[in-house]
Amino acid sequence: MKNENDPKQLLVSAIESGTVIDHIPATTLFKVIKILGLDRIRTQITFGTNLDSKTHGKKAIIKIAGKFFEDDDINRIALVAPNAKLNIIRDYKVIEKRVVEVPDTISAIAKCMNPKCITNFEKVTTRFRVVSKKPVALKCHYCEKITDQERLEII
Amino acid sequence: MKPRSLVSIDDLTTEEIIKILRLAAEFEKDPIRDILRGKVVATLFFEPSTRTRLSFESAVNKLGGKVIGFTDSSSSSVTKGETLNDTIRTVNNYVDLIVMRHPIEGSARYASEIATVPVINAGDGANQHPTQTLLDLYSIQKTQGKLENLNICMVGDLKYGRTVHSLLMAMSRWKTSFNFVAPEELKMPDEYKLYLRNLGLDYYETADLNEVINMADIIYMTRVQRERFSDPMEYEKVKNAYVLHDHMLSETKPGMKILHPLPRVNEINTDVDSNEKAYYFEQALNGVFTRQAIICTLLGLK
Repeated sequence: MKNENDPKQLLVSAIESGTVIDHIPATTLFKVIKILGLDRIRTQITFGTNLDSKTHGKKAIIKIAGKFFEDDDINRIALVAPNAKLNIIRDYKVIEKRVVEVPDTISAIAKCMNPKCITNFEKVTTRFRVVSKKPVALKCHYCEKITDQERLEII
Repeated sequence: MKPRSLVSIDDLTTEEIIKILRLAAEFEKDPIRDILRGKVVATLFFEPSTRTRLSFESAVNKLGGKVIGFTDSSSSSVTKGETLNDTIRTVNNYVDLIVMRHPIEGSARYASEIATVPVINAGDGANQHPTQTLLDLYSIQKTQGKLENLNICMVGDLKYGRTVHSLLMAMSRWKTSFNFVAPEELKMPDEYKLYLRNLGLDYYETADLNEVINMADIIYMTRVQRERFSDPMEYEKVKNAYVLHDHMLSETKPGMKILHPLPRVNEINTDVDSNEKAYYFEQALNGVFTRQAIICTLLGLK
């Protein structure tokens, strides 16, 4: 039996302190990286993808050394990784576990599905009010149309 | 501080709506005043809408203000590829208030965030046209003496009709009961029915105007356009079912009034025009007073 907490068998090497984001769908790993701006972080980051998940399909995991997220920042990934779990690590130990929550407003992440919306014509940062969290439904701040889960596209 | 703009009817509280309607009534009594002397208003019409533009320009002129602008995008710098952002930032420097009509949805909200002067949305695609809604409310209040507990019968294209959606949302603040009369293909979308249900308001849907016409305090007519139908045969079948004739009005309530956002094509037969229940042309006149009230409110005058 593999045990993720057994340091000898970790698929992705452990970090001394920082944040582990687990249960990211393998298909959205790179979106998560982009949304959190991990491509611009200078500390050590390791990630694994297409790992077997006990609950659903293939998952991905990211370990970011020396980085701790505010709720507002981390909740931005809720649209692409709704079941993601965070482990906050200090001295190689999990000191806190957190889940992500869909925030009340979404900015600069999603694309408005309305082809006639101004955000699809000019360089306007998209803004939405979350009118339903499960399934996700977003109301565009500009054209006031609803973008639902099926038509949700991440920029 | 951002100036106050009017983009969506939901930007206004009920108290603010009532205040604007009250001010419109004052302008109706005395429409020629010098309140806007020295003020310049831009009418930026990125798509033509002669009726709305003339109504705004009349409102400004009667108050002593000046109007500059363009009547469709072919006569503006848009044809040279200028962004809306740049147009607004530029025009902003010349005027005290911007009235904008644009085919792209959300453009008015965007403009209001860029501009340092108030922006009035005179229609952004299929999205919002709040001054139409306010003049409809003014017309309803003026003819019925109140806004509470009225029966409003909406007829025609209830699926795509921007004006009926905004009016529904606005009137729902006053315990309105609604009858929706539309062909199958143009029925009121579910989201608006859900909205009413959540507020505990009654509505009834039918395809037969005669079934509900006598209950109405207000009949709100809209155009049923051929191009809205996927099947042209469907259009041919229903096109005459949503036409109002004078003989249909004999049993309607005495104080009932017929509204229409105009332009009308054939959905109200001209024999209705001389009936005292026809109100659509007065409704258009009310638009001038309502827009005077809106402009002065946003500029903090009066």
